[in-house]
Amino acid sequence: MVELRFDEAKCEQCEGVNCLVRCKHLNLDVDTAREEMRKIINGQHSFVLDRCVTCYACEEYCPFGNHPFYLIVERQEQEGMLLAPRAITNQWINLCEPVGRYSVGKIQERALSLCYIPAFTDLVGGKLFEDVAASFFIGPEFFCNVVYLHFARASVIRERLPKVVENIAALGMKEVIFLHDECYGSFKSLAPAYGIPVPFKVTHYFEYLYDRLKQLSGQLKPLNMKVAYQRPCSSRLIPETDHYVDDIFSLLGVERVNRTYDRQNALCCSAIVRLNMGPEGRDMANDNQSKNIEDMLQAGVEHCVFNCPYCYMALSEKVAAKGVKPIHMIELCRLALGEEPAKGVMGYGRYQ
Amino acid sequence: MADISSALTEIVGKGYVSQQAQERYFYSQDPGLMQPHEPDYVVLPASADEVQRVVKLANEQKIPVVPRGGGLSLTGLAIPQRGGILVDMRRMDRILEVNERARYAVVEGGTSEGRIIAYLERHHPTLRHSIPDAPPQATLVGNAAIHGQGRLAQQYGFTSDMVTGLEVVLPTGELCKIGSCSMSPYWFSKGPPLPDMSGLFLGWIGTSGIITKIGFKLYPRKKLRDVETFVTDLPDLIPDIVFKLTHLEMVEDINIWFQPLPLMFKGNHHMDIYLTGDTDEELEFKRRMVWNALSEYIEAKDGGFMWLMPDVKPTFMEMPQKSIARFADVRKGGGFQYAGPIILVEKYPDCARKTEELGSKYKLGYSVMARMIGRGHCMMFGFAFTFNRANSDEMDRVRKALDEAIEFSLEHGGLPWKPTVDEQRAAMDMMDPNTLKLFGKLRKALDPNGIMNPGNWEVS
Amino acid sequence: MAEDYTKQIHRCFNCGYCKFDSTYSEFNCPSYVRFRFDTYSTSGRLWLINAWLRGEVQWDEHLGEILYTCVTCRNCAEQCIMRFSNDLVDWIIAARRDMMEKEQGKIPQRVGSFLEEIYRIGNPLKARMPRGEWADGVPGYSKGAEYLLYVGCLGSFDGKAREMAKSIATLLGLAGVSFGVLGDDEGCCGNEVRTLGEQTLFELLANNNIQQFRELGVRKVIAISPHSYHAMKNLYPALGADFEVLHYTQLLEQLVRDGQLKTRDTQAKVAYHDPCYLGRYNGIYDTPRQVLRGVPGLELVEMPRERQDAFCCGGGSGNFAMDLLEGSRDSPNRVRVREAYESGAAVLAVACPSCLTMLTSAVESEGLDDKLVVSDIGQILKQALVT
Ligand SMILES: Cc1cc2nc3c(=O)[nH]c(=O)nc-3n(C[C@H](O)[C@H](O)[C@H](O)COP(=O)(O)OP(=O)(O)OC[C@H]3O[C@@H](n4cnc5c(N)ncnc54)[C@H](O)[C@@H]3O)c2cc1C
Ligand code: SF4
Ligand code: SF4
Ligand code: SF4
Ligand code: SF4
Repeated sequence: MVELRFDEAKCEQCEGVNCLVRCKHLNLDVDTAREEMRKIINGQHSFVLDRCVTCYACEEYCPFGNHPFYLIVERQEQEGMLLAPRAITNQWINLCEPVGRYSVGKIQERALSLCYIPAFTDLVGGKLFEDVAASFFIGPEFFCNVVYLHFARASVIRERLPKVVENIAALGMKEVIFLHDECYGSFKSLAPAYGIPVPFKVTHYFEYLYDRLKQLSGQLKPLNMKVAYQRPCSSRLIPETDHYVDDIFSLLGVERVNRTYDRQNALCCSAIVRLNMGPEGRDMANDNQSKNIEDMLQAGVEHCVFNCPYCYMALSEKVAAKGVKPIHMIELCRLALGEEPAKGVMGYGRYQ
Repeated sequence: MADISSALTEIVGKGYVSQQAQERYFYSQDPGLMQPHEPDYVVLPASADEVQRVVKLANEQKIPVVPRGGGLSLTGLAIPQRGGILVDMRRMDRILEVNERARYAVVEGGTSEGRIIAYLERHHPTLRHSIPDAPPQATLVGNAAIHGQGRLAQQYGFTSDMVTGLEVVLPTGELCKIGSCSMSPYWFSKGPPLPDMSGLFLGWIGTSGIITKIGFKLYPRKKLRDVETFVTDLPDLIPDIVFKLTHLEMVEDINIWFQPLPLMFKGNHHMDIYLTGDTDEELEFKRRMVWNALSEYIEAKDGGFMWLMPDVKPTFMEMPQKSIARFADVRKGGGFQYAGPIILVEKYPDCARKTEELGSKYKLGYSVMARMIGRGHCMMFGFAFTFNRANSDEMDRVRKALDEAIEFSLEHGGLPWKPTVDEQRAAMDMMDPNTLKLFGKLRKALDPNGIMNPGNWEVS
Repeated sequence: MAEDYTKQIHRCFNCGYCKFDSTYSEFNCPSYVRFRFDTYSTSGRLWLINAWLRGEVQWDEHLGEILYTCVTCRNCAEQCIMRFSNDLVDWIIAARRDMMEKEQGKIPQRVGSFLEEIYRIGNPLKARMPRGEWADGVPGYSKGAEYLLYVGCLGSFDGKAREMAKSIATLLGLAGVSFGVLGDDEGCCGNEVRTLGEQTLFELLANNNIQQFRELGVRKVIAISPHSYHAMKNLYPALGADFEVLHYTQLLEQLVRDGQLKTRDTQAKVAYHDPCYLGRYNGIYDTPRQVLRGVPGLELVEMPRERQDAFCCGGGSGNFAMDLLEGSRDSPNRVRVREAYESGAAVLAVACPSCLTMLTSAVESEGLDDKLVVSDIGQILKQALVT
């Protein structure tokens, strides 16, 4: 089985211990942080393992590209910790067990991964995707499995991810466009961290959208909107993609408002926190969500743009109830192209 | 018998009587697994008067009469065991009255649940009734006639507990009013403070008369409704959890389900806890109470609330919940049936294990669906099995599994709900002999010619 | 499909969701509403077909009647909760096909003569006059015209539907559309024939039409009847057709939008009845409404059952001519005109010649003659036109 490649040497020379110091849930000074990190590295118990809410942020905070969060998850599992209740953990593990219920379109050189998220099928229509929509795959067999980081089950990832890479590669495309930060992150960050070779080109859908929009620029109608962007936790694994949000917005004539909870200070949608913890987790989730929405209202936006489908599902109804219309990034682009919005669970059609 | 047929035509009019092979075939069965038996005639009366005349004719001719609503009991209760006249009640489907302030409604005896749902939604949006998860063509009378349970069962009990009056054609043909409506223009009480005679008809599966009108309670309908699903892999905790939840007196409906497929559900017991409120605050307050009540299980990691994403949540919110009927086709076979004893909640773990055991013993697709009745007073525990209508061997295995399930439940102090003819016999064998004797006397007194749905509850 | 249905049909649970509209307010299967025995509902038919396949029920006239009173309105397909819902009506049609072969000569008399008439004289209406008679003054199709206006059997022979065809032709003329009709050379579209189970005759008719259109160089067809629209758009391509098909309301909507047809103030309360083959079969609900909304002063009222939930007029699957559901207050056309009247409309707008015929005769049976007028969208538009 593959193993995490964590470079202890980097930590030995690290002065800031940014990973834990900047963690918004721990509030540690440098010395404590260093001590706790040492324990984690040595496999001793650290309270960090208990108090981590799996927000992924330290992956981004580490300036040396080390993988503090993956290490935390490994240690949590080694200690036999359950983050979520057993029943919920098993439910998620079983949910994505590959049992042959997948679907593959007409694969071409370039393919579209719909991961295991049927709601995507609804979104990938119209001009933006006309060249690739038919070349898709979806199903647990192709599921990126990153989500188990939230459940202290790195072993599931270690076991399934190599097989997933194989399954995808076997479809014979050269390049895969991923519609979810988790997927992209899993092939760009997680797989390398575990030494799993990825034999196809991994493209983030932001990049795809950006190129496509430039090709279609003649047909774009500027939206002239002020929007809040909900940055997802998995974006922390791949911070290098965040600039595309600004690039795309500028093509669409959309302003990403400056607000407290965006960019490195983004607030997690809290869906997982709510799942994993008892009433206090629920309060924390409610609290995070209201702070986040309040922040959007303060910034005076009419729309909240989502990237991650799970953020969307966790927050869409709540933001809508406060008068901020939820819209997925793809739908935003389609809107600027004057296309009919989708009507499914992630469709903007529901809120027009 | 041309003269009976023409007499029936005389009563209900041409086009509403059939003795053709096709109608006899169709009305000889229900979607369940019971042995079919054909009626000799199928009639569709349009009024209580027509029903009366049909029953009188049946008395003269000494032929059976079997009322039928949606025919959805699954246990063959509207199958004419001795042939005779099958009375499909569904042309009598008018909504006669809604008394908004006294929160009751009066409808005709063949009115479907669907029609009542739509009517209240359109005309009385602050009122609701207890909707069972049976498909909407089920009739409210059919549900009361078998002591069914709907969405408000946890709060207010069986559907029959909610009845506020009846109009019945007695087995001897008289039209009789039961409850406040027998002496007052209002249909607010099925009996009290008078001697309560509604018990002679409710739950009697059509053996004591044909109900032509029914009054029933309506309840406040809050503007908001939501569901939280608590999941645990330890069935032994469930009676305790139910006790805590019912103690709150804040939840609407509690349903528990347990099934091996899809894989995501494997090994876990799911408790759907429904909440209602007129404002977000009210709803949130109740949610918090529920979470707090169960926090010890969450902290011990023994259970937690699952995330019902927007793409699945509507399934849970539907009334009736279509997914229950969809269970019939999970294996593309078009059939399912459940044994649904009424039993103590403390028996949940045993019953759940038994369902699993029967599923693997008979190699069947199974599902547990349990609904709480009253504040933990009892529950309907459904041992459900799906079958393929084109596979007679599988259908046999389901019959066996259901027989065992009922036997098991009776051993554990449960009562058979909407019992098949065989289960009725088993129940009568277990009954206190004096109870049985009284039952027999009442039946004889009400139905001297034994024409009402004969074959059912026959006290020998 | 015909082979397939025998392996699927037992999957119907007989739960009855298919009987209703989506809100459960009314029974919405026209033949069930008319006869009220469960045998005349979707599940009744499916269970009887299954019983027939298994030899538990014999074929006789009554079974024929049960089978052929399905008007193929697709309400059941819309409401059935199972994964096979989309196939339901095809199963019924497949069974009719099967029975036609296995139980030769035993189909209901009215069905037999419907098919026979088409076979012998090319239309089911027993009409002996020249097919193109109605088209006096309407341009014939000549090579190079942009559109072929296809009017179908009702449009050619039925009094009311001929007026409808005429109005549409007039509107197209006024809007300067380049079009023509086939007149005497037009053939039946075959849609009803297919639904009645005569697949071979359907294919014969369809192939004739396809070949004729090809020879004439037809690229775009405007169908008056949603039934023809459906057949030509969705079924002909499998037989090699490659022309474009529009329903006439789609073209009218464009012409109004482009300002080629202008209307004046017309005070009227109008309810629109969605035809099954336009609505449930093809998802076209808004276009006809837009045409009506475009008429200033016209107030569009909705009946309780509209769009996906529309209650069928009872004319489908040949019943505009056979009318196996006639003869009762509960006949679907009569139920529907009462519903329209109760919704406060003075005009019941239709977009299908079958609906036009069915509902017009129901207005008479219901004694609503001076209270409710049934009129097709073309006629309404024509009357409101600024000329
Ligand atoms: C998918 C599914 C889900 C279900 N879920 C539920 C549920 O959640 N709760 C529940 O309670 N049940 C449920 N059921 C069981 C059953 O369908 C319902 O109880 C239903 O309400 C029965 O009504 P019916 O009109 O179909 O009765 P029928 O089956 O027609 O009749 C039931 C009995 O009542 C008698 N009867 C009918 N009409 C009259 C009358 N007018 N006068 C006197 N006697 C009469 C009949 O003779 C028969 O004995 C479910 C069934 C299915 C198939
Ligand atoms: S993980 Fe990165 S930030 Fe944390 S101590 Fe190591 S090197 Fe420093
Ligand atoms: S994942 Fe988040 S909560 Fe956990 S240690 Fe890293 S930054 Fe802190
Ligand atoms: S056709 Fe569908 S909805 Fe109708 S009874 Fe059969 S399974 Fe139920
Ligand atoms: S197509 Fe229409 S008439 Fe035929 S069974 Fe379905 S609902 Fe009834």
